[in-house]
Amino acid sequence: MQDSPDLGDRGGAVCVIGAGASGLTAVKNLREQGFAVDCYERETSVGGAWNWRHDRSPVYAGAHVISSRPLTEFPDFPMPDTWPDYPHHSQILEYLERYAAHFELGDDIWFGMEVASIEPAGDGRWDVTIRSTGGGSSRVQRYAAVVIANGHNWSPVSPEIPGEFGGQVIHANAYKDPSRLRGRRVLVIGGGNTGCDIAVEAAQHADRVWHSTRRGYWYAPKYLGTRPADQARPRRGPAWWRQWRYRRAAADLTRWGVPAPDHPPFASHPVVNGLLPHYLGHGRIEPVGDVTRYDGAAVELADGRRIEPNLVITATGYRPRFDFAAPELLDTDEHGRPDLHLHTFARRHPTLAVVGLVQPDSGIFPLAHWQSVAVARWLRLRVTDPEKAAAVQREESQRPPASWSRRPVIPTRRHWFEVGHVDYLRAVESLLARMAA
Amino acid sequence: MSERRKFRPPRFGSPIFGERGPAEMSEILRYEDWSDPVPAADREVVSRLPDDDAGRPPLLFVPGHGHGAAVFAEHWLGHAAGRGFPSHAVTPRPGGDLRARVHDVVQVAAGLPRRTVLIGHGTGGRVVAGALGRYPARAAVLVAPVLAGRIPPAGRVRLPDPVGGPPMLVVGSPDDSVVTRPALDRAAARYGVAPLLFPGMGHDLMLETSWAEPIDAILDWLLKEL
Repeated sequence: MQDSPDLGDRGGAVCVIGAGASGLTAVKNLREQGFAVDCYERETSVGGAWNWRHDRSPVYAGAHVISSRPLTEFPDFPMPDTWPDYPHHSQILEYLERYAAHFELGDDIWFGMEVASIEPAGDGRWDVTIRSTGGGSSRVQRYAAVVIANGHNWSPVSPEIPGEFGGQVIHANAYKDPSRLRGRRVLVIGGGNTGCDIAVEAAQHADRVWHSTRRGYWYAPKYLGTRPADQARPRRGPAWWRQWRYRRAAADLTRWGVPAPDHPPFASHPVVNGLLPHYLGHGRIEPVGDVTRYDGAAVELADGRRIEPNLVITATGYRPRFDFAAPELLDTDEHGRPDLHLHTFARRHPTLAVVGLVQPDSGIFPLAHWQSVAVARWLRLRVTDPEKAAAVQREESQRPPASWSRRPVIPTRRHWFEVGHVDYLRAVESLLARMAA
Repeated sequence: MSERRKFRPPRFGSPIFGERGPAEMSEILRYEDWSDPVPAADREVVSRLPDDDAGRPPLLFVPGHGHGAAVFAEHWLGHAAGRGFPSHAVTPRPGGDLRARVHDVVQVAAGLPRRTVLIGHGTGGRVVAGALGRYPARAAVLVAPVLAGRIPPAGRVRLPDPVGGPPMLVVGSPDDSVVTRPALDRAAARYGVAPLLFPGMGHDLMLETSWAEPIDAILDWLLKEL
């Protein structure tokens, strides 16, 4: 079958694209609903972004998760309770490998295979073109549904800064460990979690560190007293009160020259770093504004200052990419932003879904789990009770996005998929309840 | 509710709007687990492994009130291992409430290499019933289960729907003075099955002289279901 050019019809089977955290939980939950599954993974092992061996993995040696264990683990496969509150990335990989082994998901994963294209084949079915990663012969297989779980943190976005720079510029995804920082004068661009992590590592290893951010953010600590901050954080009660509590917990960095946030709490993705204030206070990190241009050995800043780093690290994020799908399948706009119900269900293709394309204020695994449970039950309902499925689809299609993604966020690509985990999970729960009723 | 909370340091984030109010916790919105996870504890796990790994799912036995893992180590663990099943029994943490015990069972099950069969006896059946809402067990067996009532472990008795739809078996004796025949029927009906009966036996089936009959029946059922 592997090299057969013939059209293979896989009947009621579902195709899952990617065997990272989201793909693994999709495979597991689809199988739990009785589906045969073929999962295609371009790498030769599971773990996706969390597997540092993968060339697209963005993790660096010092990366730890920023949500604590209970908000990070899959809801039906807890991490060992003896693990630290904020596990290291190597532990997350170990966890995903154990998840795959425990549920024997490996049987359904085709490693070293990538999906070149998906095309509607009529009747809700899909023709999926698969080939060996990096080329080789391809084959087409027909599936009853496609679940995309290809991740959204692998295609780096670099800022467009005019001018020529004499030093070295790398994107954060090429930053792997602090040895690269030793003895250097480092400029870190970007105020997100990666930018702050790298600035802190640079503060420990580099000669001098500048940290450039365009706007002020809410910098949350990892601990309040001895409790992980996300566990101490209230999830119920009036919004004004929760905001007030968050404001009180967040670090005020304006003393050190960091701009104050220009937006209310929860309007931007949480930045969690308890060490940033520490190193600002020790003078090891010098906050600077936006970078306007490169000029030989110097970097010019928005306030007219010139600094002379010899290494620039751009921690300016990633963009989602679905090269294998025509834009209209996911209602993708000209900026590359797909428009999906619950950030999951394709609006015009009931048998096409994306898992893991959310940015919650918690870990992403629990959301990916419940998304894939919803997708699996939805696909099952379409088979067992088409009338009810149609009714559920009608109701769901009338739900405005504001009902499941209530928070107003600052309009940047970083926040395309921003959701509050409580509101979001409530919406998924109500969908599950309607399908079960 | 439990002792451990008394000794916790002051809670910085103590809610003032009743976060801990009447349990409004669904399987999806787990406020209590997110804000106050069950702390780690030493768990005694007794294991008997078969000589060859035949690929069979591991069994995890959960004892009821007043018993520890030893109650299964007596006969059942070795017997099940002899029939090719990696067999484990967990002693619940001392003083743990229902939530802590469910947590312990799920922790041990998720730590085993393959999807695990959960087997609970007496009030251990209540713990297994709770764990089934949190872990997609390969199968579950409730032996003379005490699913309601005042016998510890204390805690809200809520029987969640088993996730992942595992095959269920309820085993007991019509002559059990602790779990009556109607209670056994109710437990079985909750899971849509009929109880498998061993007349003449008491509540602690694994300690009776005819201990081999129920465990053999359970293992036969498992082999048929898997």
